[in-house]
Amino acid sequence: MDSFNIPNFPDLRPIAPELVVIGSALILILIDLFVKRKEIVAYTGIIGTILALFISIKVYAMIGPTSTFGGMFILDGYSNFFKLIFYINLILTICISIKYLRIEKASLGEYYALLLLATSGMMIMASAKDLMILYLGLELMSLSTYILVGILRNNLRSNEAAIKYFLLGGFSSAFLLYGASLIYGLTGTTDIAAIASYINVNGLAGNKILLLSMVLFAVALGFKIATVPFHMWAPDAYEGAPTSITAFMSVGPKAAGFAAIGRVFLIAFGSIKIEWSAVLIPLAVLSMGVGNIVALSQTNIKRMLAYSSIAHAGYALLGVIVGTGEGLSSMMNYMFIYAFMNIGAFAVVIMLRSEGISGEDLSDYEGLSKSHPLASALMLVFMLSLTGIPPTAGFIAKFYVFMEAIKAGYVSLVVIAVIFSVVSAFFYLRVIMYMYMREPKEEVVLSSSIPMGIALAVSTFIIFALGVFPSYILNLARFSILG
Amino acid sequence: MQDIIMNALDYPILTLTTFLPLIGVLFILFMRKDKVIKWIALITTIATFSVSLPLYKYFDKTTYKMQFVEIHPWIPMWDIMYKVGVDGISILFIILTTILSILCVTVSWKAIQHKVKEFFVSLLIIETAMIGIFVSLNIFLFYLFWELMLIPMFLLIGVWGGPNRIYAAIKFVLFTLAGSVFMLIGIIVLYIIGGETLDILALSRVQYPFALQAWLFFGFFAAFAVKVPMFPVHTWLPDAHTEAPTAGSVILAGILLKMGAYGFLRFSLPMFPDATRAFLVPMLVLSVAAILYGAYVTLMQKDLKRLIAYSSVSHMGFVTLGIFTLNKTGVEGGILQMINHGIVTGALFLCVGIIYERTHTRMIEDYGGLAKSVPVYAVFFTIFTLAAIGFPGMNAFIGEFLIISGAFKMKTVLGILSIWGVVLGVMYMAWMYYRVVLNEVNPKIRSHLLDMDFREIITLVPLVFLVFLIGVQPEVLLSYMHTSVDHLLEQVNAQGVEVFTVSDSIKLLAQYIKEIF
Repeated sequence: MDSFNIPNFPDLRPIAPELVVIGSALILILIDLFVKRKEIVAYTGIIGTILALFISIKVYAMIGPTSTFGGMFILDGYSNFFKLIFYINLILTICISIKYLRIEKASLGEYYALLLLATSGMMIMASAKDLMILYLGLELMSLSTYILVGILRNNLRSNEAAIKYFLLGGFSSAFLLYGASLIYGLTGTTDIAAIASYINVNGLAGNKILLLSMVLFAVALGFKIATVPFHMWAPDAYEGAPTSITAFMSVGPKAAGFAAIGRVFLIAFGSIKIEWSAVLIPLAVLSMGVGNIVALSQTNIKRMLAYSSIAHAGYALLGVIVGTGEGLSSMMNYMFIYAFMNIGAFAVVIMLRSEGISGEDLSDYEGLSKSHPLASALMLVFMLSLTGIPPTAGFIAKFYVFMEAIKAGYVSLVVIAVIFSVVSAFFYLRVIMYMYMREPKEEVVLSSSIPMGIALAVSTFIIFALGVFPSYILNLARFSILG
Repeated sequence: MQDIIMNALDYPILTLTTFLPLIGVLFILFMRKDKVIKWIALITTIATFSVSLPLYKYFDKTTYKMQFVEIHPWIPMWDIMYKVGVDGISILFIILTTILSILCVTVSWKAIQHKVKEFFVSLLIIETAMIGIFVSLNIFLFYLFWELMLIPMFLLIGVWGGPNRIYAAIKFVLFTLAGSVFMLIGIIVLYIIGGETLDILALSRVQYPFALQAWLFFGFFAAFAVKVPMFPVHTWLPDAHTEAPTAGSVILAGILLKMGAYGFLRFSLPMFPDATRAFLVPMLVLSVAAILYGAYVTLMQKDLKRLIAYSSVSHMGFVTLGIFTLNKTGVEGGILQMINHGIVTGALFLCVGIIYERTHTRMIEDYGGLAKSVPVYAVFFTIFTLAAIGFPGMNAFIGEFLIISGAFKMKTVLGILSIWGVVLGVMYMAWMYYRVVLNEVNPKIRSHLLDMDFREIITLVPLVFLVFLIGVQPEVLLSYMHTSVDHLLEQVNAQGVEVFTVSDSIKLLAQYIKEIF
């Protein structure tokens, strides 16, 4: 008789963190109506995030890996690790936003609500065990981010960036849906695990439709993580967006995209690994190549960091190409460390923005070490970490990915990767060179604040701590291996 | 593990020596006054030197084993240990490093006027990195220190250097980085093939198949050859040396160049013995090319620092020649010559720095007659010039003598060519000496010439002492390395010396290049 029952009310425990984040977002919108000081909204958002982080840990410790909503949504170590990245990304972004928004005269309460909503979208993506849920999370994340990119209503560049990001993002969503529909037509299911077993049981590994759908997924998710040749939106969107949002979306959506790639490619397309690695390898190589080489000629630091983030997507993609759980854990480790060093770098960029000065041009960094030795020292650390020079965490991130790639036999890929690392050293070091080896042209005013200071201190501490004692994060990433 | 002797002292001597400079950095970070910062830097370097002294007292010269070893778990997931220790090859570099670091502080006392804090922080970080490189018994740790060195050196050249400093600094970093990333790949491959460990001693015991050895040899060669620097990749050196501040030049010449040669001794020879023997001919050819090419280019230099820089290329050619003779005389000569070169070239850079502070020119044509105007300075300059030439009774003579003997043992033509290198060395040094110290006093600089003060004399005296000590009593240093070098050569020659001919090694090279494409 049981089978005729109405389905039970779904178990809400696995999705509790998402509910907390969404609930906080709604609360933020509400209190935004009543408070004048928007900082309060921001701090409430941080409290909500910390609460969600706490619940994530508690729930996972309590019930372990569990799926809910008829197996469409799963809480496991893999998704939990990514959620940790999203929380960090969110908290750091809020910290660096508070003062910046005041300078931009855009202290809007909904800014923080949208940040939380975008984050909940990412969390749903990481937990999606069904292509429909994946799409749901993707859209929640994307739509919120589109608005955030264009939130400086009176700024033309911001508007342009939002439109561009929105149009191209819409295309990529369509690709994802098309791929999902093909898969559904082929296998009759949208459940990621069920797709894999259907393909295995029916021997569909060589099927052309399957290949086509895999390529469509690669395009759609490649867009989200900004790999070449689907990167066209990134430099413009990164440059035009408010800098705090640039920091946010250079980490969050990218990590969410990687979470989805890991699950979809390793599980759903697990049987055609050779085919999809043949698709992803050119993406990775092109991203490293184009990202690093084009970054050489940038004079706007946000654009430079945009190209650098394209290149980093290429490095992290190596971990996926390896195609093992270990490889994925190296990619997760990469994204975790990348979050700190990239947001840290953007935080310094934000500090240079003050009334009347954009602080985005490389020449604004000339002689910074003379007037602001601490800020330059921090930027130095972030640049070194992005280059991947020990003892910063950036080295550990690259080392792990390279090690897994070589283990899997992709030595030539790693050779390419390290050569482009050397190329990248040039433009990262150029920032250091401007700061330390040039004379200052004009007085630079730093707009620092306490939350900003905390964000910078935490990032720097983590970069060195994980650079010298990487065991903690390595164990966590290995513990959270998919499947 | 029978290859190690644990540290028997009641304190972790190597860890302390390595990280003491970093503790100094912590203090400096919180200081505001330039004077205080300088004193802290000086005290830190002297303390580091003093802490390292018991090493020489308690070092057991009768064994090749690693001594004063400390092992701590570090990254258990990758089975990476914090493991440090010294043997007869590395121990001498530690004393060289700690002494030169003190001198770098004293020579920078007045020369560094702006960003004093950053300067001494960089200097002390470099000291930690240098000592760390020589004590590491884990490749991961080694690589960490190897790269840690890079950025402070980049800043040292780029911030406090000469007019063309930015170009030189970036060239230095890009060259070094380009070399070391290939070593990184080699390290990862070693890790995977050698049984998931990065312990240098354990990896040295593994027998790798020849093809793999050859690849790894090239990977590590890329990193070490740039650092040495060997002949075709030496071009960063003259720029970096010339533009760096005096302390930077001293560190570059004194220790940084040794890291490459040390790498050959610690990694290439014991881990890839077959590949080393197979590619011996190209290595020897490159070494001799460096000796002769470096010497000829030195002859026509107009800039004092550039002259010494190019002479370094030639001198380091001797070092690599000695190492790749693969006989005891040559290898010991090579190691000794590394120390000698560090002392003598370091001293010459100090001399140039001292006079540059007064005249603000490095052009040889601007000088002349220093013997008359600054007699004390001229005495020191004479001593170090003679030492660089390889005058009997001074340190470089012993080193060159051993290397050339080793070269003759290996092949007569090598010996003859390297003797020609010595002759050229006499020519360029003597001619430079004539133009700078003898001759008439150049009116351009006459008004600036002041003789050395007490601080500067104190800086150079220890080096003079070492020059003569090694010159007349080389056994003081050589006695440390005998057993270790014997052991090293045993490892390399385990399967009997069988050197590939020139055509064979070219064929092999061609085959490998073909395999890539």
